[in-house]
Amino acid sequence: MRHLIRAALIGIVALGVGTMACQSQEPTKKAVKDDKDRKMAPAFELKDSTGKVVKLADYRGKVVLLDFWATWCGPCAIEIPWFEDFQRKYKDRGFEVLGISMDDDGWKAINPFVAEKKINYRIVLGDDKTGDQYGGVEALPTTFVIDREGRIASVHVGLTGKKDFEDAIEKLLEAPAGKAADARPAGGGAGSADGARAESGPHPHGEGN
Amino acid sequence: MAPVLKVDPIPMVKATKGSTATVVVKATLPSGYHANTNKPTEAYLIPMTLKWTGGPLEMDTVDYPKGAMEKYSFSDKPLSVVTGQFTITTKFKVPAGASTGPAAQNGTLRYQACDNKACYPPKNIPVSFTVNVE
Repeated sequence: MRHLIRAALIGIVALGVGTMACQSQEPTKKAVKDDKDRKMAPAFELKDSTGKVVKLADYRGKVVLLDFWATWCGPCAIEIPWFEDFQRKYKDRGFEVLGISMDDDGWKAINPFVAEKKINYRIVLGDDKTGDQYGGVEALPTTFVIDREGRIASVHVGLTGKKDFEDAIEKLLEAPAGKAADARPAGGGAGSADGARAESGPHPHGEGN
Repeated sequence: MAPVLKVDPIPMVKATKGSTATVVVKATLPSGYHANTNKPTEAYLIPMTLKWTGGPLEMDTVDYPKGAMEKYSFSDKPLSVVTGQFTITTKFKVPAGASTGPAAQNGTLRYQACDNKACYPPKNIPVSFTVNVE
């Protein structure tokens, strides 16, 4: 009987160790793509509520959180306060949030929303062309985190965890600043971000990287 | 991929001048998606609407599905939504002066759908049926 109990205990311990081993072998999710896998964020010129043209290239040397959103999008409204926090917390370290609204009704719909939510970052009015350049943005929110060199470091389609964004931002802000100064400006890329979106394809509503 | 609302073909309607006619639009949203009802609970949400824009009949009333109050991870409060199959019933007046014979009645169904994590731009889909005025 004692042998049986001993054998059972050994089995339980072995199972536990085995489970831990399996867990430790799971790949750790990366906050951002590896350098070699990043593609240039497509350039765009869009207008803000004052009519001023905003270019992605204006953000050269900064880490940018580029959020495609709309006023009618519930999941977008959840993320917006997080982005406001990021804007406050990281602005002095070379970080900016830029919101691209995909509202068909334009500023008539956007302005009251921005005022109500007290959005503290810049909003521009998007269009289908820009959405297409970024791989055909359809699901909102879709958010791109862009490194100091203007390359897409992570893509998030649908409601994403705040920590996932924060991890990506922190990681990119920690990257050596000197590297960015010599690099191509943000928005220097042309064409589309298909490559980046394709990698997040298997996670249509999750957190792509 | 944005969900596509499927609308069943509407059988031909017989309508008598000076009377009324009722038409039921049957539509189905793919599993896992929801669309706002005609009376969403939040002001920022886009309501479902059916507008009849051309044809011999005059729209009288449109009865939208009541839907259900459902809670989603992105909303503090339950939302008034439709899922799966639902119907929209329109009552038309048949004008006494309507032309006799078959004619097309055209409309547009506008909806805005989401799943549990993302929302998709509002879509307008054409809806039509043949009415035979007698």
